[in-house]
Amino acid sequence: MEFVIREWQSSDAERSDRSAGDRTRHRYKVRQAIRDNIADIIAEESIIGQSQDRVIKVPIRGIKEFRFVYGDNNNPQVGEGDGNQQPGQVLQQGDKSKDGDGKAGDQKGVDYYETDITLEELVDIMFEDLELPFQERKKLRNIETESNRKKSGFRKKGIRANLSHYRTALERVRRLQGNKRSISELEKQLEQVRTLRLKESEGSEPRFKLDKEEEYLLARLEEAHGLQEEVQRSRDERIDENDDDTAIRFRFRESDMRFHHHRNKVRKESNAVVLCIMDTSGSMDTLKKYLARSFFFLLFSFVRTKYDNVELTFIAHQTEAQEVDEEEFFTKGQSGGTYISSGYNKALEVIQERYHPTLWNVYAFHCSDGDNFPNDNERALKAALGLCEVCNLFGYGEIKPNGTRSYESSMLNFFTKNIKNDNYKSLLISKKEDIWTSFRDFLKAERRES
Amino acid sequence: MKASDLQELHRWASKASEVAQEYGLDCFPQEFEICDHEQMLGYMAYSGMPSHYPHWSYGKQFEKQKTMYEYGVSGLPYEMVINSNPCLAYLMRDNSMLLQVLTVAHVYGHNDFFKNNFTFRHTSPNYTLQNFKLHADRIREYIEDPSIGIERVEALLDAAHALSLQCRRNLSIAKPSEEKQRERFVQQFIQNSQDEFDEADLERALRKVPLEPEEDILLFIRDHNHNLESWEKDVLTIVHEQTQYFIPQMETKIMNEGWASYWHHTIMNKMNLPQDMHMEFLVRHSQVLRPHPGGLNPYHLGYQVWNALRIWYDGSLDAGDLRKDELQLYKAMKEDFEIRDAVPPGTGSKTGHEMMFQIRETDRDVSFLRQYLTPVMMRELHLFEFENKKSHRGESVTVVTSISEGDEWRKVKKSLLANIGTASLPVIKVEDANFNNKGTLLLRHYGDGRELEAEYARRTMEYVQRLWENPVVLSATIQKKKSLITIDEDGKAKVTIDE
Repeated sequence: MEFVIREWQSSDAERSDRSAGDRTRHRYKVRQAIRDNIADIIAEESIIGQSQDRVIKVPIRGIKEFRFVYGDNNNPQVGEGDGNQQPGQVLQQGDKSKDGDGKAGDQKGVDYYETDITLEELVDIMFEDLELPFQERKKLRNIETESNRKKSGFRKKGIRANLSHYRTALERVRRLQGNKRSISELEKQLEQVRTLRLKESEGSEPRFKLDKEEEYLLARLEEAHGLQEEVQRSRDERIDENDDDTAIRFRFRESDMRFHHHRNKVRKESNAVVLCIMDTSGSMDTLKKYLARSFFFLLFSFVRTKYDNVELTFIAHQTEAQEVDEEEFFTKGQSGGTYISSGYNKALEVIQERYHPTLWNVYAFHCSDGDNFPNDNERALKAALGLCEVCNLFGYGEIKPNGTRSYESSMLNFFTKNIKNDNYKSLLISKKEDIWTSFRDFLKAERRES
Repeated sequence: MKASDLQELHRWASKASEVAQEYGLDCFPQEFEICDHEQMLGYMAYSGMPSHYPHWSYGKQFEKQKTMYEYGVSGLPYEMVINSNPCLAYLMRDNSMLLQVLTVAHVYGHNDFFKNNFTFRHTSPNYTLQNFKLHADRIREYIEDPSIGIERVEALLDAAHALSLQCRRNLSIAKPSEEKQRERFVQQFIQNSQDEFDEADLERALRKVPLEPEEDILLFIRDHNHNLESWEKDVLTIVHEQTQYFIPQMETKIMNEGWASYWHHTIMNKMNLPQDMHMEFLVRHSQVLRPHPGGLNPYHLGYQVWNALRIWYDGSLDAGDLRKDELQLYKAMKEDFEIRDAVPPGTGSKTGHEMMFQIRETDRDVSFLRQYLTPVMMRELHLFEFENKKSHRGESVTVVTSISEGDEWRKVKKSLLANIGTASLPVIKVEDANFNNKGTLLLRHYGDGRELEAEYARRTMEYVQRLWENPVVLSATIQKKKSLITIDEDGKAKVTIDE
């Protein structure tokens, strides 16, 4: 019977990464699936307030390939045993993924995927398609920073400090190679000119031109030979006979020089501060605080993707406000009533002292359950309007876990009625799953307006 | 590969090919291509085809296999053979010489099977590679077409892949022509209506599309959704054709692997291998043919059935030629055949190989196992039936339900046959393209007691809806109740109990 054997070819092997395109496409799908499930992931308690390079396991649904398949109901299978099996014997308990049945493709399987990503990547994915509200910022707040100097290509002129040794050496070698070629080229041309010149009479116009041309070619040829001689000399002077061509020396010329070119990248955005203001009165229980914390986390992550330098400040208030650290902010329970105005006034004070709006982009966000002493409402409104003046964005989030909503004590309605500034946003969070959607709407609404 | 190794491989391959010919294997011309493991992984992801259209699922497949290979969960297959003329097979560069020779011998078995088994008659092996290349070119063209683009092609392929196996499984049974269907329909109609036959009723009834339930769902949608653009119809056709090409391989997996294993074993034994190679051969052979406890190794099962066939027929001519263990098996089978009065035809008149060559031409896994997997062999292989159930505490447990002792083997065999090749896939047919006069596509699951996995069914119906572009309904039994899974125009799913 005829047969042929085709030998392995390294060139084929190099081209053999045929699945590269489909793999990229698959990874893109995975990323998309993460984005689609982001609400669930954000609702995961454990990721909020973790360090940036912590690895999160994200289970992804949605890249399964569905078909019509049989389920387990009334669907007995057959396997090979060792003769010890008896009817009624339990082989396996719990969920199993049996291997080696040779038809994995037709059976439904535990096909969902777990992929590892870092928190940073997750944040990236989260904000990939969201834009920062209020892109046109007041001029004074833009501190132009030459944040990084980027190399961008090479130039023939430049200062010595920027000389690229590698490129310059490359150019010189290139010149030598070109020289060898041009000698034979020039000789050919000279020959042609000389034959043509013989046909022309002395003193005629064409003859004059050809003379000039010959002169020019001779000069260039001499120059080229000069270089060749220089190389030859250095070759003769070599100490070691076995030294190869790389050791030959000839001069650098001005035209060989290549310089790095740098471009300064000017960044407009620079400093931002996120003021987290939270009601820590007795009515704020752990669940409410957790919801608030999730929201602050999102806001902080988001602001950080847009600015070089982002600071966080925590202001806790009940009837009086004080600046606290993160730990205390989220854990320490206080008791007593609520004066929202105290928190706002403290925020205004902090801004005035440390984050003057001419130098800082200020994002203030307040989370509360809306239970304010009614006699404080007017003062709170005044302070809130004050915050709108100095902040890029001032947000108020009212946290009402399901079933606790009480209209009579809602600051949300009161603020919404009375604050008409464009940079004021409010939202209502009642459960974990709301966080991402309301945050997205929060930013989306901004984008529509701008 | 070193030049000397290549020469040695050539020598062994010629020898294997001679031996194969002496035994009467009838093959396409054979091409072996030597590849490295990266290339092998690439071929595996694209069913061995040198050229195949792109889709993310192949990227997923590649990554999965590569990860498994790199973490040592699974090795690479020694062989990968394509049903084409000339037959194309890959040999891995880094395998030992013995493994290469073993693969060559094994490949000749597959080659012979592809050329001679009846299920492959419809696969036009002369054009396999060209066809896959043409399909790939066309799909790439659609992807690059700015008015179509990757997103749309991909979404269409997703949907088409989900339904690709919902097609006719046995291509040797001719599809009835439209006239034939019409004739049958009219006859049926007259029979059912008896005295109250009314011409107008018949006319109305004949407007039903399709007249008889249709199994090729992709083709049906292609021909009856008039909103589809020509490129979309083409993509559906391509996916359908490629599936049809692979169906015979699904339908003969056990026979084919068993056949190839039988022949590599027979050829290698005949080749007078030097002792060190022979030792390695024995090790490799038993690795490939080891039983997978709790599962089914098609190489092992197939080989055992073929080998038992040879023993039975050779033994029936002259039992004196059998080895001692073979004779024991022969006697056990003889006793069983006599008790059941089921002595197979050809006994005492044909040799083992004669019968085997005949069977490899005329059978596929289901018929092969039904006829030739004897109760004796089932006991020998310790085949047992098991079921995944929910325990009273709600955990899922795997429980042995029957073993091949006594008469129980019939039950085990029935379950086995229900899970071989395409028999493990639900049969779903198009019943009506204009259900309730609303342009709704009605599909029906033709059950045999097994139930569809409900979540998968719902998600797959979403794909059907995407292709049909009008509401779609699937009638199936779910949780022992007749149910309708409906997907409306907006892709919203609803499950209702069908009264």
